[in-house]
Amino acid sequence: MMKFLSKFYMVIVFALLYAPIIVLVIFSFNDGGSLSEFSGFSFKWYAELFEDETALNALKNSLILAIASSLCATVIATFAALGLHHMRKKYVKNAIKSVTNIPMVNPDIVTGVSMMLLFVAVAGIVKSKSFFGFWTMLIAHTTFNLPYVLLSVLPRFNQLDRSLSDAAMDLGCTPTKAFFKVELPQIVPGIISGVMLAFTMSLDDFVISHFVSSPNFQTLPLYVYNQTAHNVKFSMYALCALIIAIILAILLVVNFTGSVNSKRKQPQRR
Amino acid sequence: MARFNEKKKNSAVKKADSRSLFQRMAAAPHIVWMVMFIVAPMLFVVYFAFTDDNGFTFSNIANLSRYSNVFILSIAFALIATVICLLIGYPLAYFMAKSKPKTRKILLVLLMLPMWCNLLIRTYALMALLDNGGLLNSFLQKIGLNTLHIVGSDFGVILGMVYDFLPYMVLPIFTTISKIDKRYTEAAADLGCSSWQTMTKVIFPLSVSGVISGITMVFVPSISTFYISQKLGAGKIDLIGDTIERLFQTPTTYNVGAAISLVMMILILISVGIMNKFSDDEGGIII
Repeated sequence: MMKFLSKFYMVIVFALLYAPIIVLVIFSFNDGGSLSEFSGFSFKWYAELFEDETALNALKNSLILAIASSLCATVIATFAALGLHHMRKKYVKNAIKSVTNIPMVNPDIVTGVSMMLLFVAVAGIVKSKSFFGFWTMLIAHTTFNLPYVLLSVLPRFNQLDRSLSDAAMDLGCTPTKAFFKVELPQIVPGIISGVMLAFTMSLDDFVISHFVSSPNFQTLPLYVYNQTAHNVKFSMYALCALIIAIILAILLVVNFTGSVNSKRKQPQRR
Repeated sequence: MARFNEKKKNSAVKKADSRSLFQRMAAAPHIVWMVMFIVAPMLFVVYFAFTDDNGFTFSNIANLSRYSNVFILSIAFALIATVICLLIGYPLAYFMAKSKPKTRKILLVLLMLPMWCNLLIRTYALMALLDNGGLLNSFLQKIGLNTLHIVGSDFGVILGMVYDFLPYMVLPIFTTISKIDKRYTEAAADLGCSSWQTMTKVIFPLSVSGVISGITMVFVPSISTFYISQKLGAGKIDLIGDTIERLFQTPTTYNVGAAISLVMMILILISVGIMNKFSDDEGGIII
């Protein structure tokens, strides 16, 4: 009885969670311009979407920004993790970690507003009008990605066996060389998950981008926001359906191949 | 660890600092970045909050009483949404954690998919379903019932928050419940606990850290949202997020906007701090 009830409950909650998404995907194929009447199957909204140059441009911008900001954040945070790992003063270490976490704890809107005020002030000093755009977005995205990368890389450093790098140095490596030859390969899994996390966070971000962007540089979420601001646009349904399909595919692939990895990883983590 | 300390001491005896310049300087770019793009922006919020065209002033903060209704409404909405998420999410997380490993994996993917979907998309999808011309209302009309005006009502906004952030409540609770050692529940059952008692006396106390991170992960975005209230409130409901967003559209109101942001940030940091005090665990996702 209890088992049946628990299954029933899960089915209900998941059904409610998915109802809007499924309806949206179905109606993205609707021939007519109605949200309630399915008048026929058609790809016309998809065709309209692919003819929309702004949308394609926004997609390109999103990808460029996500790649650039996740790489920047990963390089900075990986070296930071190395530095923190070797840091002697505990309070300095904790202070750095806490400050890095501010963008994660703060509501996105406050982070976005604070960066906007910084850029406004700097733009006022250099007297430049077209200041907002790719670079402000890159800075903002790198900043909010830092804590996520640091959180996935730092634990790897703490798991390192010191005797390995000591051995490398005994055998004639400089500490720098020992880092690149011995330590870095061991923390690569942390770096990879950091990059992936940062990449998705950047691709997904709307609120912070909303405050530091300019009309000249739109990402996909900003484009969706502008398009849905006033009236219902069916090409947006098509776009949303496409994004959902891509995410589903990625999740399935990651999960399918991930089962091998996670089995291998688990004993290490314990 | 002991071995590590010993080694550290030894090397400290040999040399004052055995770390290379590289190791010492590795965190420097990060620290510079942090100061420039985390600390400085925060200082600018404070600066803008306490100045206007004529210089230093407290009037921005003092005039915030104008917005007290907005604050109260936002806090109330976020609290209600958080409580509903907890009430729906806890049983879901529990049942998910108790299901067979294979089912659990599928359920986890099902839970993650909405989390990976952009918030705008999910809110927009929900609005499309509930809107006056949407599927739900046309269905209600067909079977001869009254239409529901959910979009544009308080209920609509809260529903949107619950819908958007429910997975963020479920995931941390699910993770902590899955990690609970099975032997605890077995021991409780052996010692005569009913399954309800096992639930309230063993499982719930052990999952508090998950509940705390779930609450923070729902409350913080709920209180600061503006897209949900724009779409599901149909512009009729004004929350803190909407107010901040609007004030930052014209340069003349940046100062008031900064003041509101500052107050909201302090409120949230305090409540997150208090919540973290309650969880003895490291809390995982929060500091």
